[in-house]
Amino acid sequence: MGAEQKLGNMGVVTTSLETVVNWGRAGAIWPMLFGLACCAMEMIATQAGTYDASRFGMELMRASPRQADLMIVAGRVTRKMAPVLRRLYDQMPDPKWVISMGDCASCSGVFNNYALVQGVDEVVPVDVYIAGCPPRPEALIDGFLKLHEKVRGEKLARWA
Amino acid sequence: MSHLERTISALQERFPHGVLGKAEFRGDITLQIDSASLVAVCRYLRDEPALGYNVLVDIGAVDYSPQEPRFALFYIVYALVQNTRLRLKVLLPGAEPVAPSISGIWPSANWPEREAFDMMGIGFEGHPDLRRILMPADWEGHPHRKDYPLGYEEVQFTFNKREIDARKKYATS
Amino acid sequence: MSQVRELETTVEELKHLFSPRAATGETMLLNLGPQHPSTHGVLRLLLELDGEEVVSCIPDVGFLHTGIEKNMEAKTFLKALVMTDRMDYLNNMGNNLTYCLAIEKLCAIEVPERAQVLRVICAELQRIASHLVWLGTSAIDLNASSILIYCFRDRERIMDLFELIGGQRMMTSYIRPGGVWRDVPAEFPAAVESFLDYLPGKLDDYERLLDKNPIYLARTIDIGIVDGDEALAWGMTGPALRGSGVNFDVRRAMPYSGYENFEFEVPLETGCDVYARYRVRMREFRESIKIIRQGLRLLKPGPFITSDRKFAPPPRAELGRSMEAVIHHFKYWTDGFPAPDGEVYAATESPRGELGCLLAGDGGPNPRRVHFRTPSFNTLQVLSWLSRGYLVADLVAIIGSIDIVLGDVDR
Repeated sequence: MGAEQKLGNMGVVTTSLETVVNWGRAGAIWPMLFGLACCAMEMIATQAGTYDASRFGMELMRASPRQADLMIVAGRVTRKMAPVLRRLYDQMPDPKWVISMGDCASCSGVFNNYALVQGVDEVVPVDVYIAGCPPRPEALIDGFLKLHEKVRGEKLARWA
Repeated sequence: MSHLERTISALQERFPHGVLGKAEFRGDITLQIDSASLVAVCRYLRDEPALGYNVLVDIGAVDYSPQEPRFALFYIVYALVQNTRLRLKVLLPGAEPVAPSISGIWPSANWPEREAFDMMGIGFEGHPDLRRILMPADWEGHPHRKDYPLGYEEVQFTFNKREIDARKKYATS
Repeated sequence: MSQVRELETTVEELKHLFSPRAATGETMLLNLGPQHPSTHGVLRLLLELDGEEVVSCIPDVGFLHTGIEKNMEAKTFLKALVMTDRMDYLNNMGNNLTYCLAIEKLCAIEVPERAQVLRVICAELQRIASHLVWLGTSAIDLNASSILIYCFRDRERIMDLFELIGGQRMMTSYIRPGGVWRDVPAEFPAAVESFLDYLPGKLDDYERLLDKNPIYLARTIDIGIVDGDEALAWGMTGPALRGSGVNFDVRRAMPYSGYENFEFEVPLETGCDVYARYRVRMREFRESIKIIRQGLRLLKPGPFITSDRKFAPPPRAELGRSMEAVIHHFKYWTDGFPAPDGEVYAATESPRGELGCLLAGDGGPNPRRVHFRTPSFNTLQVLSWLSRGYLVADLVAIIGSIDIVLGDVDR
């Protein structure tokens, strides 16, 4: 926030409520434990020791949508899965965000065919798209950082 | 004489009308079986101690459209002890293709037959649970048939990005 | 949300799958999945429960049906290769290999010796990577959480090796019809060697974590028993079958890619339970290490792709010098090569069992039909039978032990 430096060690920080709330939200986003296909493997790799998503406060994967803030759509979304995906999204409490991880989730990638939803943005609103098939863990971390940036700049009224 | 040759001669002897032909391609032998005697042939293959085909490896359906008979089912059976593989082929007509189910002989035929039903629209008489398996239950058509369109959505490039964005139904929260 | 329809399956349609007690309300119907941490992907199970006991279990698959088989028909033989990577996403190299073996059989392509050995090395590295993911995920289902982190640490090293040879971590498309994409870099053998020196000690650690863990043992021993004959009848293959004492391994029964030149053991266990399947896979790690070591010794200099230019692109060096090579390169990638009219079946031993490819050509450059016999699809149908009479918590252990990958089931 920068306010600490300005004020020195006076024990008082002045800032706007919005900044504090967004700072808190961005610092501890809980993703939903929800993998679809290949990208889920890279998502687990990001959570595991080598890349360690807990550096961004995102290590706590919740299996229940009711406890999650972030849905990482990791993999291809089929037409059979789309209603389920939407239902999971609807069960998540506000505020909530969606990362579309990988080419298949973003635009169905190499599979331009009958079985897949051509981009998960037709089913749920997407905040961050990540390219790659599958994206490397570094790319997913970059997506996390982009999402944090977005969350920090949000207006409270959006979720009010 | 190899086990495969013994099997083929035993089958030809026992089912003179059931075995319609024998073809060899790239070292694999395919026996064409009449669909009416498929169950009897399979039962014989499994139960005859000298043959011992105890594993059904796979059932694959092929659409030869526009040829007639249009569909073919390939059954790959395997004798574990003798380490021998045999391929059976059953031709089915384009209109109302129905084959007898062999899930009573090898239970592992259950899902592959459901898959052939779902994807190719081939019916299996006597199947205990013939429902769609991969596609949603209310899906129309059988996707792996040649006359079923692959499905294609226009790809967005710079020149048509706005145009497609305008008509694409994006989700809202 | 107008474009997304809710799936409606009535109870009437599924009535024959449950016991009559379900209709009276004596037993409970429970839906598990498709989003559930223990189903290893998007598997849905309909359970009929008598208290905590599973009366019947009906798997519902297809939530990851990608239409790969159909999509491959619309592409040339070469371009369809990239789709196989994405099928069983823990066995990418093995999928490439199976598909390439089918093409090679259909078109009668000879593969040079070096490529064969490289394929074996890649396939076995992939097996180790897949088993590591299996070990981590199936152990975390049984509350051994730390092991997942360790296994993914080791998997990273294999991903780095794949990146070294193919430029991608998972979807390398490294194995191509007639050979491999390009030769391995000079540092590859040493990198593999160092990984092979590193792994056995770690495997000992994992076994120490699990083999003497009373919770793990209590949840795996005598759970999910299937004897050999039943396993065969239900179409089980791979480590799950070998855990029931049936000696069937495609690498041994129908050797491909020169597996007949390698000395290795096919691990067998006779416990028939979840623990036996775990033991088989733990021993397979060590057999794979043995095979890769032999492969590195057999790796002699030579061509890495067939010299038949009909099926292989011209070498990169020629493109700068020869106009014919440029034209050939262009035609090769745009038109592909025609394949004869006929059907072939090629099979490999994937980490999950027999992965087969039924490939039908129609005389043109596109396949008429590609059908994959996938091990997970065939193994999963045993679940309804295997879980009967066990508790719901055991069901989780059983799903972990048959090691299904939903991308492999649904394609």
